[in-house]
Amino acid sequence: MEYAVETTLTVNGTRITRRIAPRVHLVDFLRDELGLTGSHIGCEHGVCGACTVRVNGEIVRGCLMLAVQADGCTVETIEGLSDSKELAPLQKAFHEHNALQCGFCTPGMLLTAQELLKSGEKPTRDEIRAHISGNYCRCTGYQAIVDAIESVINGKG
Amino acid sequence: MKAPSFAYAKAKSLAEAFDLIERPGAKILAGGQSLIPSLNMRLASPELLVDITGLKDLRGIDRRPAGLRIGALVTHSQLQRSDDVDQLAPLLLQAAAHIAHPAIRNRGTMGGSLALADPAAEYPACALALNATLVLVHRRGERRVPASKFFKGLFETDIRPGEILAAAEFPKVERSIFLELARRQGDYAIVGLAGVADASGKRIAFLGAGPTPVLAEHASRAVSLNAALEVLGRDLQPPADLYHSSATKVHLAKVLLSRAWNTLSKPH
Repeated sequence: MEYAVETTLTVNGTRITRRIAPRVHLVDFLRDELGLTGSHIGCEHGVCGACTVRVNGEIVRGCLMLAVQADGCTVETIEGLSDSKELAPLQKAFHEHNALQCGFCTPGMLLTAQELLKSGEKPTRDEIRAHISGNYCRCTGYQAIVDAIESVINGKG
Repeated sequence: MKAPSFAYAKAKSLAEAFDLIERPGAKILAGGQSLIPSLNMRLASPELLVDITGLKDLRGIDRRPAGLRIGALVTHSQLQRSDDVDQLAPLLLQAAAHIAHPAIRNRGTMGGSLALADPAAEYPACALALNATLVLVHRRGERRVPASKFFKGLFETDIRPGEILAAAEFPKVERSIFLELARRQGDYAIVGLAGVADASGKRIAFLGAGPTPVLAEHASRAVSLNAALEVLGRDLQPPADLYHSSATKVHLAKVLLSRAWNTLSKPH
């Protein structure tokens, strides 16, 4: 039993209506249907954080949300947040601190880090680590990522 | 992996939700942070997901004379931001920080955690320690179940067919502590402790120490830490997991009990 559900959502500022099969995850919809391949698919069960996107202003796992659940929602991806320059300070800091090698985790890492920056608090390194604990990076060992996020928080990004 | 095929319906009212969940193979979808991974891994194969996240009756955190009523759809993040929770049920606030990661806490719900009843989950043990009341709604009204009677077995609760968990009510407790041992931040707990104390005494519950959260009745009644450590083995018979024997888990539970005891024992 499966039928497509008409779903209207706003992705990076563009209103979109599509008929979507319920089993399709939000990140698959963004990648396969809309061609927004900046959000990556790693584990597909909520562990790795590579698929992190923003829904109604909060980060979520793109693999743990059905696309049909995004009906009426505002979705932002790495593409939209790069174009809007919201992530520019973090992106510059990641570049300068060598906080990526292969880059697979980077879109999710940036969105997660940006949520911490938006909170307006001044987290410690331990708190930064706790906040990005749900985003796996298999290249860097995290040190440079924490350095980059910390530099933006301290206004040196 | 990708989820198997299923149908999807978003309930616009409780009445519609009651109709939908009676259909064959129907399963309730709230935050989906446990259900969707289990679909992705093909551990579940419902025919119909009934999305209840549009139901306003299941939202909100309300102060009541006896304590706090938390709607089933309140997310972990909303709970963490609530001053009312901070003042009236700080145990939940302490516990929420241990639940997975920010992106998951933004969608996962308190009701989902209680209704799933994962033995390693945080809120079921908190509900037991706080002597919470679970509010179940059905077509003809509601049924109120104390936490001590709600968790019946591994992933098994007292929720009957046709019922939806609407809210949980937590009495105000002044002194509380939540501790958890996990290998990494946000991992499932190896073992955890949810403890509260007031003039009537201590109530200490453990997670990850049995098929359900376990109220350590003997240890809670003990007059000293040493006495409590001595009798904790009578309260807990945890099953071994892949990495920890039953004896290791009891040992780790004792470590947590030692760390928690002073906080729960200060003069009132």
